[in-house]
Amino acid sequence: MTLLAVRDLRKSYGALAVTDGLSLDVAEGELHAIIGPNGAGKTTLIAQLSGQLAPDSGSVTFDGTDITRTDMASRVRAGLARSFQITTLMPAMTALENVALAVQGRSGSSFRFWRPVAAEAALNDQAMTCLAQVGLADRADRPAAAMSHGEKRQLELAVALACRPRLLLLDEPLAGTGPQEAERLVALLEALKGQVTMVLIEHDMAAVFALADRISVLVYGQIVASGGPEEIRQDPAVRAAYLGEEAC
Amino acid sequence: MANLFLLQLLNGAQFGILLFLVAAGLTLVFGIMDFINLAHGVLYMLGAYLMAMFALETGSFWLGLLLALATTLVVGLVLEWLVFRRLYDRPHLDQVLATFALMLILSEGVKILWGSAPLNVAMPELLSGSIPLAGPLRYPVYRIAIIVAGLATAAGLWWLIARTRAGMLLRAGASNRPMVAALGTDISRLFLLVFALGAMLAGFAGALVSPVLSVDPGMGDSILILTFVVIVIGGVGSVKGAFAGALLVGIVDTVGRIFGPIWLKLVMDPAAATQAGRVLAPMLVYLLMAAVLSWRPNGLFGRPS
Amino acid sequence: MSAAPKAAIALLILLALVPPAAAAIGDPFLTVIATRMAVFAIAALSLDLILGYGALVSFGHAAYLGLGAYAVAVCARHGITDLFLQMGAAALAAALFAAVSGAVSLRTRGIYFIMITLAFGQMAYFFFVSLSAYGGDDGTALAARSTLFGRAWLENDTAFFYMVLACLALAYGGLDRLVHARFGRVLTGTRESELRMRAIGYRPFRYRLAAYVLSGMICAVAGVLLANQTEYVSPAYMAWTRSGELIVMLLLGGVGTLAGAMAGALVTVGLEELLAGWSEHWRLCFGLILLAVVLWSPAGLTGLLRRLLAGGRR
Ligand SMILES: Nc1ncnc2c1ncn2[C@@H]1O[C@H](COP(=O)(O)OP(=O)(O)OP(=O)(O)O)[C@@H](O)[C@H]1O
Ligand SMILES: [Mg+2]
Repeated sequence: MTLLAVRDLRKSYGALAVTDGLSLDVAEGELHAIIGPNGAGKTTLIAQLSGQLAPDSGSVTFDGTDITRTDMASRVRAGLARSFQITTLMPAMTALENVALAVQGRSGSSFRFWRPVAAEAALNDQAMTCLAQVGLADRADRPAAAMSHGEKRQLELAVALACRPRLLLLDEPLAGTGPQEAERLVALLEALKGQVTMVLIEHDMAAVFALADRISVLVYGQIVASGGPEEIRQDPAVRAAYLGEEAC
Repeated sequence: MANLFLLQLLNGAQFGILLFLVAAGLTLVFGIMDFINLAHGVLYMLGAYLMAMFALETGSFWLGLLLALATTLVVGLVLEWLVFRRLYDRPHLDQVLATFALMLILSEGVKILWGSAPLNVAMPELLSGSIPLAGPLRYPVYRIAIIVAGLATAAGLWWLIARTRAGMLLRAGASNRPMVAALGTDISRLFLLVFALGAMLAGFAGALVSPVLSVDPGMGDSILILTFVVIVIGGVGSVKGAFAGALLVGIVDTVGRIFGPIWLKLVMDPAAATQAGRVLAPMLVYLLMAAVLSWRPNGLFGRPS
Repeated sequence: MSAAPKAAIALLILLALVPPAAAAIGDPFLTVIATRMAVFAIAALSLDLILGYGALVSFGHAAYLGLGAYAVAVCARHGITDLFLQMGAAALAAALFAAVSGAVSLRTRGIYFIMITLAFGQMAYFFFVSLSAYGGDDGTALAARSTLFGRAWLENDTAFFYMVLACLALAYGGLDRLVHARFGRVLTGTRESELRMRAIGYRPFRYRLAAYVLSGMICAVAGVLLANQTEYVSPAYMAWTRSGELIVMLLLGGVGTLAGAMAGALVTVGLEELLAGWSEHWRLCFGLILLAVVLWSPAGLTGLLRRLLAGGRR
């Protein structure tokens, strides 16, 4: 079953067509990787899928509902969460607070003015679970601003997981992580496969080919090829356009 | 009625021109340096006081004007060099606080130097009197001179911005700050220039207006807020926007004060209309601003954020 | 207990000791100054909610002080002299004004927000300037202070001071709960990263608006107390420079800590009184001190204090 369907999506900045008639289907349960050279328009695509940017034309359908014009908050509630390529966290808050805030977003009203939120066990427990998942359990009380780059990347993922998404949009989750952290994150994504549908943007080809059920290749705002890892590896157009340097 | 309207329109335009002179420098400072300067109104006031002093000392309006301009330019340079350049990379809040402090210091300094009583500046011989406008209607020459001087300054600014290298940098800076920052050393000279020029223009406006308004310590406050309204309506960083916004605010404010009650009388009883007009007229420009912002959150000519 | 609430409670106790101290040294004016300090501390706390926790730099907050003050005059003229009824009326008026002006202002960001709140503040200012029934530009004197349960208890300066102090304690306690509750965490989140908040399912606007309205209501209560303290009401309470002063208080005390907001108000009012007693041109000195603080101590007096303490320990 198709969970996410994108049809003829277009977005330009002036004369530059960053998303140029792009169509894409993501089936429920799959890990769908999107690869492409720098500046291909991957982040811009994620921004449009998550509702941060409005496309010029085209449509985005999630679970059968047209969400092209709905705002970010509604999309998150519908089960569409994302991580950012450029770490976007609450610097002054601790790791636990960062994640608990995401849990709070889907657990009841936030118009509560009296009870200390730090004492809400339900929020903290769920947040701790997410932190443990990404391997940050022992960093729970550290302010995000004081974390290492790799830890921030892990936290970014924990926050997205805390939204309990049905579809997770991951924009280069491995970028800037050390080899050990990367290994751990790849294992985590492997474990998440099947539970959560994922769109993964990643430059780390080893990780992509190891994880992906399907791969789409994005060049100049268009999908130039789409298929299973083997297919993509063999596709001559892809090899020429993108994998060229790595193939040899 | 039509004559009265024409008269008020001219008064509004003249007020708008003054607002533009004050706003031009401020909007560039906002747009290029992303810097909030609450002390800008004080420079306007300072221009008027310097004008009053120099005109009295030298006995000549023109010499006084020249000296006042030169002094505000120097004050602008010194302020930039002493205070403002330390604040460019600080948060808005710090800029607000520092320039608020500067405003207190300068306006109190003016009170110490010249006292709190209003001063007057004599009108130059050449520009006194009035000329016939339409039918029996006459208009003071000096006010026309203000309009002409303002338009000439606007034209000069346009030339500076559209045709010179510094202007090119300015335009680039207003639309893309990082790019100008990437140009390196030039940037601090450019900032200094913009600042001093802005200070001088504000001082010029103060000096120009001194023969028609009484020069008093409160004059900087009221103009500063209206200048903000102008800049926000026009779009931060846009000199063109400042021009349009200034004329709009000047005319709406002036015409609204006179015609508001008159027009209200058409729909309600005279006593209520007078009262409502008095209440509404000073709020008109702020309503205008709220309306513009809810329609275009970045002002008429502002770039989208 | 962490350091901040301790500091806040110490400040409250310090204030509470002023009237006996004033009586002991025979200077009743101290109590009057302490009353002003406490009134402005409430106003500063209310501003800190939106500015410190929501990063909303409102430059029109004095309007709410004025709204509160005029609520006293208007109520009194219509025979309502009870303090709590007047506070209710003030809070209601402030809520209405804040809801409308906030709904417009909160659509903008950064410099635009600063300026549009300034403009709304000026609108309120000019509204009251043109209100000739209440003295227009000059304002109007109140016949008497507000009553409590029909009694003129507040005419006594000491009693009035403790009333104000109780309001301050209540405002502090309530806000301290609020900023540590769910709402406060969301508000802080919108300050830290609006984009992240939206990406985890929040719509920042509604929380900002709620905080903005609440902040206006609390500040209006401070305005009710201010009018009672001076027994005078005038548009000068809502001049834009007054809004600037409120921001100064926060910055002096350190933005985003409730104790800092209170300390900033105390220091600012104290400094003003001190300098004003010393020279009629006290604003010059005040400005110089402010400038020095901004240029050399970005985190305000608390930052300065913290650095001095840290330096001492090293
Ligand atoms: N706000 C914007 N205004 C103008 N151009 C933009 C804007 N945002 C992105 N672009 C341009 O759109 C193109 C695609 O950007 P995008 O960030 O989507 O690329 P990407 O595929 O994510 O690249 P990377 O692999 O480096 O992350 C780039 O050429 C970029 O310069
Ligand atoms: Mg990208």
